[in-house]
Amino acid sequence: MLHHTVLRVIAKLLVPVILLFALYVQFHGEYSPGGGFQAGVIFASGIILYALVFGLDDTMRALPPGVLKILSASGVLLYAGVGLDTLLLGGNYLDYDWLADSPTHGQHLGIFLVELGVGITVASTMLLLYYAFTGREQGQ
Amino acid sequence: MRFLQLYNYEIAIFLAMVGLYIVVSRGNLVKKIAGLSMFQTSVFILYISMGVVDGGSVPILTEGVTRYSNPLPHVLILTAIVVGVATTAVALSLVIRINEAYGTVEEDEVHQQDESF
Amino acid sequence: MSLDHAIDILLLAFMAVIALAVVRLRDLFGVAMLFSVFSLLSAGVFTIMDAADVAFTEAAVGAGISTILMLATLTRTAREEKPNVSRNPALPLIVVSITGAMLVFGTSDIPRFGDPQAPVHQHVAPRYIEDSPSEIGIPNMVTSVLASYRGYDTLGETTVIFTAGVAVMALLGMRRTRRRNGQRKDTD
Repeated sequence: MLHHTVLRVIAKLLVPVILLFALYVQFHGEYSPGGGFQAGVIFASGIILYALVFGLDDTMRALPPGVLKILSASGVLLYAGVGLDTLLLGGNYLDYDWLADSPTHGQHLGIFLVELGVGITVASTMLLLYYAFTGREQGQ
Repeated sequence: MRFLQLYNYEIAIFLAMVGLYIVVSRGNLVKKIAGLSMFQTSVFILYISMGVVDGGSVPILTEGVTRYSNPLPHVLILTAIVVGVATTAVALSLVIRINEAYGTVEEDEVHQQDESF
Repeated sequence: MSLDHAIDILLLAFMAVIALAVVRLRDLFGVAMLFSVFSLLSAGVFTIMDAADVAFTEAAVGAGISTILMLATLTRTAREEKPNVSRNPALPLIVVSITGAMLVFGTSDIPRFGDPQAPVHQHVAPRYIEDSPSEIGIPNMVTSVLASYRGYDTLGETTVIFTAGVAVMALLGMRRTRRRNGQRKDTD
């Protein structure tokens, strides 16, 4: 892919926009279509575009698989941790009403954290899948 | 007219059956997975079709809109799509491992090699 | 018949044609490409049916990530599907036809497409639509149902995705960052 000048220039322009859009979808998901699942896959596809054009090695140096492994587990832990937190605060598991002074504030905070956890897990798992599939040496 | 009223459901059934046909009749494992994914997409279409309400709008609270489509199928399918790609990835990685072990992804040839042991 | 309905019919007809093409095609690379188109069309159908969130996800997942994973698999396996000689083509066709006919028979008395009086819209959904703006306080009902009312579900789904990632890594392993030009080369 080293010689495709047009591809490289366009990808360089597009990748930051895609990543920014993913963050918008993640954090604006309460007011417009979006949320953790969508943001996660959009973020991952932005990075995958980079990896397709500039090569897997550079991408792996920027986002090492080890870091992604930790991230994909920590997203699930963040989600489960929010539930545990509400349990400790006196409510039911994943009952966000207890997280803040008023129920709607608590719901806001809870949904924000939970969607963040989903987004982190989805994005890092999708990238790990891509790494695992393309990083493997030619079979046989 | 009844056919047009149920058009979405009929197409969903058609796609599901094409997917099932690919799974049953083709020996290539990658193609089988493609058939399964097609079956999966047909179920997504079935669910989302059920959530539609005449004259309804996207289920996001908007001034002056009183009729919304059913948000529940959207939630179920939204998560199912992402889970679907994750499970498809597991299936595809199994195919890669089968190819490494047997040198082929055709079901018949894999069976032949198993029997000749 | 509204414009929405006409677009819906057209897109679904395209999808049916693509499905038949996937059955006929032996070139698996072509199958992967057709599948990408298939997903994009279904994302369009979801948009027409007011499911913006779902369309978003399907466009990113179906047309993007799953196509790339399928292509990556094809580079490591065969590109062409071999013609199968041992299989009888008639038997699956009969099975599929009977199953399809029974399903069509089963749908014959379900409520028509878009019926506001359909049973699906009578039970849980009205509560989500009416109460979620005051109970949860955010406008997007899909998000509030996903993350709050059905938080357990979503926790489970997230765990499934994580587990699938672990399973793929257990099956395929993970290459170290700088090893491709090193010692592995001579084993090829």
